[in-house]
Amino acid sequence: MLFRYRILLLFIAALFTAWILKNRELFEAYTQVIPGTQVKFTMVPIPGGSFLMGSANEKYSDETPAHRVEIEPFWMGTHEVTWDAFELFLDKNYETAISEGPIGQVVDGLSRPSLPYLDMTFGMGKEGKPAIGMTQYGAIQYCHWLYLKTGIFYRLPTEAEWEYAAKAGTKSTCFFGEDAKKLSEYAWIAENSNESTQKVGLKKANPWGLFDIYGNVMEWTSDQYEADFYERSPEKNPQNPSIKLYPRVVRGGSYKHKAEEISSARRFQSEPKWKQLDPQIPKSQWWFPEAPFLGMRLVRPLNPPSPEEIKAYYTKAPIDDY
Amino acid sequence: MKPEHSRRNFMKTSAIITGGILTSPFILPKAYAAPDNHLKLALIGCGGRGTGAVFQAFETGHPIKLVAMADAFRDRLDGSLKPILDKYGAEKVDVPEERKFVGFDAYKQAIAEADVVILATPPGFRPSHFEEAVNQGKQIFMEKPVATDAAGIRRVLAAAEIAKAKKLNVVVGLQRHYQSNYRETIQRIYDGAIGDITGGQVYWNDGGVWVRERQPGQTEMEYQMRNWYYFNWLCGDHITEQHVHNIDVANWVKQGYPVKAEGTGGRLVRTGKEHGEIFDHHVVTFTYADGSVIHSECRHFPGAANRVDESFQGTKGKAYLSAGNHGNLSDWKGNAIYSHNRENNVNPYQQEHNELWDALFKGEYKFSDAENAAKSTMTSIMGRYATYSGKVLTWEEALNGKVDLFPEKLAWDASPKVLPNEDGYYPHAIPGKTQVI
Repeated sequence: MLFRYRILLLFIAALFTAWILKNRELFEAYTQVIPGTQVKFTMVPIPGGSFLMGSANEKYSDETPAHRVEIEPFWMGTHEVTWDAFELFLDKNYETAISEGPIGQVVDGLSRPSLPYLDMTFGMGKEGKPAIGMTQYGAIQYCHWLYLKTGIFYRLPTEAEWEYAAKAGTKSTCFFGEDAKKLSEYAWIAENSNESTQKVGLKKANPWGLFDIYGNVMEWTSDQYEADFYERSPEKNPQNPSIKLYPRVVRGGSYKHKAEEISSARRFQSEPKWKQLDPQIPKSQWWFPEAPFLGMRLVRPLNPPSPEEIKAYYTKAPIDDY
Repeated sequence: MKPEHSRRNFMKTSAIITGGILTSPFILPKAYAAPDNHLKLALIGCGGRGTGAVFQAFETGHPIKLVAMADAFRDRLDGSLKPILDKYGAEKVDVPEERKFVGFDAYKQAIAEADVVILATPPGFRPSHFEEAVNQGKQIFMEKPVATDAAGIRRVLAAAEIAKAKKLNVVVGLQRHYQSNYRETIQRIYDGAIGDITGGQVYWNDGGVWVRERQPGQTEMEYQMRNWYYFNWLCGDHITEQHVHNIDVANWVKQGYPVKAEGTGGRLVRTGKEHGEIFDHHVVTFTYADGSVIHSECRHFPGAANRVDESFQGTKGKAYLSAGNHGNLSDWKGNAIYSHNRENNVNPYQQEHNELWDALFKGEYKFSDAENAAKSTMTSIMGRYATYSGKVLTWEEALNGKVDLFPEKLAWDASPKVLPNEDGYYPHAIPGKTQVI
């Protein structure tokens, strides 16, 4: 009898420990392995909070007015998404060939990119290099593929989440201060990149552990670009969902941008001319053959939305482009 | 036919660098001159590329009217017409039901409706479509490559001669010829900036292209026509369909065509039923009349390194070119001789139409791209013959090859020459065994 009681106690203790561990795990840095492969990436927690979004910079009036914004907690990828992971999504045969065991029926039925006729690495290499040239639709479908493989809701950052994470609690132009000359310690930019993307994670991270948040490649957000959005932006978790195909917000600058063009608040916009070199009509919904400077970074909200909302996010039909 | 080596002849045949070498006025026959001075355009082959080419024609700003379309498949024709009509409207797009032509013979009727034709079907059909357009006396934009076997090349070369005699402008979509980094850099090579070219390397290495799955109820002919990239009578293998771009640059730089090819290739990672009969890699050495050698490499290996570009070595320096607007010349000490400015270059797909339509509306005869396009396509086919057979081929042997890949009859219930086995797999070439010529 006593023995049984002890077992029960032990069992309860074990359950309690597991519960604590699970909850602690819920909001810590973690490594995501893409199931069946050796490919992995890391995510760090970005605590919820409020910050001053935008700037008082008169040179870029779309950054004004600076305004108070509240953000819910989320995880963010420590690195820009690399070809190592993106190419598995790109090519089902490749994913099948490289994976141990079957890739799964659900993933099998996923809508995948048209394989690009052009070399979308533009001669800049694949291993450890950021995946580039994808449309916002393609970036979201990559998240969709990851969701089907892992069961975890990955998505693009909103513009506000991106800026909040880049600023990482700082109030200066860049998270390290005002001296643009210091950018070369943190970022691949026109001055040090030799006109090419570079392997992710070789420079110093920002205070919240995000590498290459400036430079290397610009990063997709889910927002429509509107120069005057900050004048009417809501305070809590603001977002400006993309309805029109152009322009949409990309952030962070790239290996092609000069130091003076880069800051936490600087807003960039997607352009139809990035598809100019696509010789097909309708133009690809997946690729920008003239945006080798454009990539993506993942976000995972701490509190995921409902399954219906997740489905709606992933299955939004792309807009014809011609 | 002997490859031409004199610079002057080459420039005549490829209409590069400057227009105007062959400039002489031509008059549009009265029958073609529409009342409001617009030119009538027909699209033959309504895929994404053909549709894109119609957009580029309209974007020249000249008064052009699309009057007829032809495709083997009605759904492809409809899918092409919709964006064209949406974008350019009924004033410029006048393709009523009676000028939508569908089927294997549709091209003849569509060509007859127009002054200018865009030929953009899979390349296997190009010889017959080009012949027909030339015979009907039309001005022509046609896509690369221009054939898939030597038999097709001979027809294109013959028709190209007739086109010259008739002063029909022919622009071919080897768009690097209309891209400023290539023009500027190669002109400097011609001017002697890096001396005589003794060797080079040209690449199209990437992950491969689309596959169209077999659908229930399709005949074998329809399946091959839909999934055309993987069947040689339609596509010519990726060494021809895609890598022709880079091989053509080698010929352009060398001002001639190789006298000999040897190579190796096979199917290593792209081996499914849906991948037809084509190889996934080819490595060829092309030897030119002066003994210089160009190394050509193309592969469709996902997960492997990509490379799509052209490099050349000369007696006084080296060259690097790519479609990403690279055009760099340097001496052997590494000093830059020329670096093309990569920013703000004109889209070459637009430029080829700008130049063609400008000439047409001025009534000029300026472009005879077909002969060079046929010979560069032939170079790529010679490469495929070498990798498929494992043998060393001369230009004459390859060009006079008797193997004809085309089906005896074109009809939905007719049989293509290459058919799947019981398990659905297609036979493919085996070096040392396969006869190619």
